[in-house]
Amino acid sequence: MVPLEWYLVLAAALFCVGTYGVLARRNAIAVLMSVELMLNAVNINLVAFWRHLEPGGATGQAFALFVYVVAAAEAAVGLALVIAIWRSQRTVVLEDINLLKG
Amino acid sequence: MEILNLAWLIPLFPALAFVAIALFTYRSRALSHWVTISGIGLAFLAAQVVFWRAVTLPVKGGEHAFESAIAPWVIAGVERLGIGVYVDPASTIMLFMVPLVCMMIFIYSVGYMNFGTPEVDPRYSRFFCYLSLFAMGMLGMVVFNNLLAFFIFWEIMGTCSYLLIGFWYDKSYPDPDKITPKEAGLKAFIVTKIGDLFFMLGLALLYAQVGSLAYHDIFAPETLDQLAHTQFLGSTAATWIALLLFGGTVGKSAQFPLHVWLPDAMEGPTPVSALIHAATMVSAGVFLVVRTFPIFQVANASVLAVGGIPFVAFIGAFTAIFSSIMAIAQDDIKGVLAFSTISQLGYMVAALGIGAYVAGAFHLITHAFFKALLFLGSGSVIHGVEHGHHIIHEHAHGEHAAHGGADKHGRHEEQEGHSHEDVEGWFNPNDMKNMGGLAKRMPRTFWTFLIGGLALSGFPLFTAGFWSKDEILAQAFELSPAVFWTLGIAAGITAFYTMRQICLTFLGKPRTEAAEHAPESVSWMTVPLIILAIFAVSLGWAGIPEHFPVIGGIVPNWFHHFVGATIETAESGHAARVAGHFAETAHGFVWQPLVLSVVFALGGLGLGWLVYGRRPLVAGEMDPVEGAMRNVGLGWLYEAMANRFYFDELYQAVIVRPSIWLADMFDAFDYGKSGGHGVVDGAVMALGSIGKLMSEVSGWVDDKVVDGLVDLAGSAGVLLSNGFNGFDIKVIDGAVNGVGKAVKGGGKAVRPIQTGKLQDYLLLASFAVLALILTFFVILYLQI
Repeated sequence: MVPLEWYLVLAAALFCVGTYGVLARRNAIAVLMSVELMLNAVNINLVAFWRHLEPGGATGQAFALFVYVVAAAEAAVGLALVIAIWRSQRTVVLEDINLLKG
Repeated sequence: MEILNLAWLIPLFPALAFVAIALFTYRSRALSHWVTISGIGLAFLAAQVVFWRAVTLPVKGGEHAFESAIAPWVIAGVERLGIGVYVDPASTIMLFMVPLVCMMIFIYSVGYMNFGTPEVDPRYSRFFCYLSLFAMGMLGMVVFNNLLAFFIFWEIMGTCSYLLIGFWYDKSYPDPDKITPKEAGLKAFIVTKIGDLFFMLGLALLYAQVGSLAYHDIFAPETLDQLAHTQFLGSTAATWIALLLFGGTVGKSAQFPLHVWLPDAMEGPTPVSALIHAATMVSAGVFLVVRTFPIFQVANASVLAVGGIPFVAFIGAFTAIFSSIMAIAQDDIKGVLAFSTISQLGYMVAALGIGAYVAGAFHLITHAFFKALLFLGSGSVIHGVEHGHHIIHEHAHGEHAAHGGADKHGRHEEQEGHSHEDVEGWFNPNDMKNMGGLAKRMPRTFWTFLIGGLALSGFPLFTAGFWSKDEILAQAFELSPAVFWTLGIAAGITAFYTMRQICLTFLGKPRTEAAEHAPESVSWMTVPLIILAIFAVSLGWAGIPEHFPVIGGIVPNWFHHFVGATIETAESGHAARVAGHFAETAHGFVWQPLVLSVVFALGGLGLGWLVYGRRPLVAGEMDPVEGAMRNVGLGWLYEAMANRFYFDELYQAVIVRPSIWLADMFDAFDYGKSGGHGVVDGAVMALGSIGKLMSEVSGWVDDKVVDGLVDLAGSAGVLLSNGFNGFDIKVIDGAVNGVGKAVKGGGKAVRPIQTGKLQDYLLLASFAVLALILTFFVILYLQI
């Protein structure tokens, strides 16, 4: 069996990639995709801990499923917002979306 | 449920019509009169339902009144006055008469106010609005079950009377001595108010004695007994209450000495004269006596009795003969009728005064019909003559009107209402000397007027007026010969002046061009006349005495059975004497009064015919009676009769002038004559001067002493505050500014962080989290 540490390292790496994407990308869609990466990193952690520490229960899997559902909803809302912004502003570049700035 | 419970709906319909016109429909003339007519129509139907139900109601245990409480009404402190309906024979017969007469007159008014012609009255809708309010007042007075409601509705009618007498308030006459509608309205209002004051005092006394104003409580035998035996101001409480209430009657029903307002009330539109000042409102005063008759029965009649005649009967009989004498010398067609109304009201009052309750009530009802008929007939005549005058006027001024005079003339018409004033002088369409020969021009009006006139004269067998008048005379013959003779002579005079009026108005040749061209009135006006004429004849059949020769008993004396029941069952103590006496006389037939009453009526009519009918008056001729009186040196008497025995002048001199003089004196006392100062004003001004002096002295003290002290304190303050100022600027301001500067600098330093970009914030947050984790591990490491 693959040791727990490997999973954790993978998840941490994935999380960092996602974080970098969220912080650095200028395209709103790319930012959304990066958020998905971060969520999946968390999922890996959840499943890994479940498998190694509590193989009898179903808590970890159940949480992972919740995360999927939330991620799907978040993607739907996020993309809808991006489309709405595109329609009104003709851009998805985050720096240009500054309507609230005084 | 008992249908009589719904009697309160009867006044509600006209009330709704009033509100509807006042708020909504006043812009539309046609809608307004239809609302009014349907309001009174519904009230009429409801009243008919109540009437027939009440008539067929079985008499239970001597009680002939139906009463039902609707709601607690006035709640003041611990006192509660309930309101409800009270239907007894007296109110039942009123419910038969009032809505019917009102409806006829309302319909007539449509024609009289020239609906649908260019001359239509500019305040047409308002007229119908007032009429509805009046109908509400009259019906409300009849149906409710206590004297307070009675009084309130009574006052509503008084207000309507004022509004309607002064309806043409902008009308004025070239003769400054002739009373204008505005003044007449005021006069009526003030004079009746004198009577109302007594009425109100009577109510207060009654309430103080009984603790209730509901008929049910007042007319209970125990209460009446108590009133009859309570001593109050040298007599009994019942006597005083009856006298005070009778004061209200004197005012409202224009009895001597408060009769002066009624002839002048004829300044109002003729339908109003017919409705309010002949048929209904003025009979409210008589109805008050009918309503409170049990109290009058237990009152001590000998107090204030004049020559053995009870006070009430004396006033009534005196008014009856006094005003009928004045009626002989009146030239105004409505003036004659006004005095005849006063006289007939005197009849009723006299009848009630001697205890002839049923006869008085019967005459009240029949009189309402034939007097309304006569007034409407006279209105139709006036209307016709006015139009006749108008036709000639138009003809003569045709060219003048064509040259731009039309506009002026039109405006003038609008302002003046029905008065026609032109350059040649003023034409009076009410003056009977300006009429004559109208029977051919206005046949419908003539025949109905003739029927009304015969009813008023008491033409034997045929008319309603005969039966009711005969009943009064028969009662008077038994109870008080003096009253009988007075009323009998008054009846003869009544027949005489009625014949004079008919002859002067309708017979002979037209005495003016206006009368020659007078057209018959429209159907709106003549149909109500015909309907009223039918009642002026047929209503008498309800009260034919059963012991009358030949025709007695064919029709049962319904009226007597129905209305008389109230009195026969309400006997108690003192009342038993009058009522018992009354009951005896009512059932035996006595022939003398009948013969005498026929003689009076026919004699008066015959004499009238001899004087005025045989040889009709021609234009410019003097009245034959006036001529005859002048020949025997009684010209002054005729003058006095024509001038109403100078009562107006007397009141003017004795009451009005002194009042004005007194007011002037008080004014002079207050303000002084022009230039000077009166006593009060002078005193006030002296007080003012003293005050001024005192304030000057204290002003000096202020300036020198007080101000000096204040100034000193002020200088010290300035010095001190200068010191504090230095401290403020250096120390406190420095501290405050320092804080400000520090905050400003800090803000400047951290401002660049706030870029507005979400990603920058996230980056910052990430670093912060990293830093926290780092710190955590460092602490963890150091501790281990």
